[in-house]
Amino acid sequence: MITIFGIPSAALFGQLLIGLINGSFYALLSLGLAVIFGMLNIINFAHGAQYMLGAVAAFLLLQWTGIGYWPALVVAPLVVGAFGIVIERTLLQWLYKLDHLYGLLLTFGLALIIEGLGRNYLGSAGLPYTLPDSLRGGQNLGFMFLPNYRAWVIVASAVICFGTWFAIERTRLGAYLRAATENPTLVRAFGINVPVMITLTYGFGVALAAFAGVMAAPIYNVSPQMGSELIIVVFAVVVIGGMGSILGAILTGFGLGIIEGLTKVFYPEASNTVIFVIMAIVLLVRPAGLFGRRA
Amino acid sequence: MKKTVGLAALAAVLLCGSAYAQQTSVKIGVLTDMSSLYADDTGIGSVIAAKLAAEDFMKAHPNYKVEVLSADHQNKPDVGTNIANQWIDRDGVDMIADVPNSGVALAINEVTRAKNKVFIASGPASSDLTGPKCSPNTVHYTYDTWMLANGTGKAIVKTGGDTWFFLTSDYAFGHALERDTAAVVEKAGGKVLGKVRHPLNTSDFSSFLLQAQASKAKVIGLANAGGDTINAIKQGAEFGIVAGGQKFAGLLIFAPDVQALGLKTAQGLTFTETWYWDLNDGTRAWTKRWDKERNSPGKLPSMNMAGVYSGTLEYLNAVAKVGGSKDGKKVVDEMKKMTAEDPVYGKTTIRADGRALHPAYLFEVKKPEESKYPGDLYKLKATIPPDEAFRPLKDGKCPLVSG
Repeated sequence: MITIFGIPSAALFGQLLIGLINGSFYALLSLGLAVIFGMLNIINFAHGAQYMLGAVAAFLLLQWTGIGYWPALVVAPLVVGAFGIVIERTLLQWLYKLDHLYGLLLTFGLALIIEGLGRNYLGSAGLPYTLPDSLRGGQNLGFMFLPNYRAWVIVASAVICFGTWFAIERTRLGAYLRAATENPTLVRAFGINVPVMITLTYGFGVALAAFAGVMAAPIYNVSPQMGSELIIVVFAVVVIGGMGSILGAILTGFGLGIIEGLTKVFYPEASNTVIFVIMAIVLLVRPAGLFGRRA
Repeated sequence: MKKTVGLAALAAVLLCGSAYAQQTSVKIGVLTDMSSLYADDTGIGSVIAAKLAAEDFMKAHPNYKVEVLSADHQNKPDVGTNIANQWIDRDGVDMIADVPNSGVALAINEVTRAKNKVFIASGPASSDLTGPKCSPNTVHYTYDTWMLANGTGKAIVKTGGDTWFFLTSDYAFGHALERDTAAVVEKAGGKVLGKVRHPLNTSDFSSFLLQAQASKAKVIGLANAGGDTINAIKQGAEFGIVAGGQKFAGLLIFAPDVQALGLKTAQGLTFTETWYWDLNDGTRAWTKRWDKERNSPGKLPSMNMAGVYSGTLEYLNAVAKVGGSKDGKKVVDEMKKMTAEDPVYGKTTIRADGRALHPAYLFEVKKPEESKYPGDLYKLKATIPPDEAFRPLKDGKCPLVSG
């Protein structure tokens, strides 16, 4: 068997694929963050908590109403997105004119409150949520066993990422939105309701986080702290990609997933630090991030 | 005149009051994980357990006033050490209990040793607490890594699981558990094919699981705990680990973890614990009391919480025996002389190195159809007597034990 750096090539391909799968999670989460920062200039620290809310909503839907995984994939993001809209209307909208720091502090506080409430009512050990029957099992690819669910994660994430990028960068609605970020007064003069558009954008970004949460529920431990474990990494992804760059968030998400995957083979102890090492290097060389434009 | 009499009466009342309050006060600090991965295995449930012990003790000893404090060490040794120092120096805490997370516990072990207070280590696992790091002020109560390794490792090798691959949490506890289990496996004629050390609080194990799968080991030993164990088992089911003929050995699993996995995913897991709520009438009655205080339907007490109760009660009884002494070493010496018996942990003795001895139980998680009522999770497979369950005194390299 061919070996690369002492690792059989088959195992290496397996790890690359796993990295890609994890990367698709990072991409999905950092996408929502990038949309919210790019359009609203809010550093949404509550993103991890909203991701957790998506997973918890999926659990509660199953527990209380018997609604399974597939409907939850639509219902949970809608519910959590609506919650996001309430937050935007009641709290965030007053902060757009202030420094980024205020939005960061507010959303960070919200995240702590949401997590605290979750711990209080649900405990911290986690909630059981199993794979949907239709996605059980997997394929033997020769070099690794690929669970069907992971294949679905890659596909769904790629579709959502591409769809969001396309909607914002290539459609008329996206053009309005981008214009509204640049110059809201002028866009309003054209008869477009900018505040509603901004509110809906925040709701959409939050819904993306919740969607990632539902995707994660069958494979990760559903617990109130699941978001805070991931959010720091996702922020690093967004910073590396360039704050607010949607394409940057997506590509960096996938790329860093792969790098992290390889670290898990060669030096697993460093697997939770490697992303931050890369972040430090990128910030030194390109302070605006790989795909960011200098403000 | 009237006023003076009134004042005198008031003073008399106050004096009487303070004379009546001439009680011996004992302060217990439950230092635990309130907000992270071990919070359901310890946390608020441990605080309740300590309060129940205080309540029971005060009923029998009305001249004592026991106060229970609690704090969150956030799984950080520096935070834990700070709290412990403040508690002892400023608040007059006499005993620190619980302390899940071996990293924090090893730090607290030194604080209580230096300040001559008592540490009832019911939460941490590292067997070093009664090994090279043993202290005359520490009682290691509930369990330890050697006992987990010995109970589970031996049982699994005996049933044919003779090749192992470890997924190890990369800190003091994981290393100790891996080392102790590997020794048991090798002694029983098994072989360790490999290991991978993952950071604490890892959410994705797929990469590590692939490595475990590629090793072709029959058993994947999980030398981790809490959320990490849950994630590994959950994702192992997804990656067809068990379907592919490999088996998980959860080396440290608590009842709340099994609940979080659900019986469908957890069924068939074999592991060792020293306590289970449904063990006998005594444990069931205690669980009822605990449940009433916890007031959160569906939550089960873990062996750690039961350990906090029994350990605290035994400590308090020893304090009463030495006449309320604040000398930590003296109290622990008294504990080592006693044979404690309570309805929760049964008969317990404490050895020279600080190890509490009680039986250990090998459990298997029930299939969903075998579970008859909420919380009905385990089947008892074997009872390991105290002298076999824990590491022999001479093997621990504890400096307190000469010869």
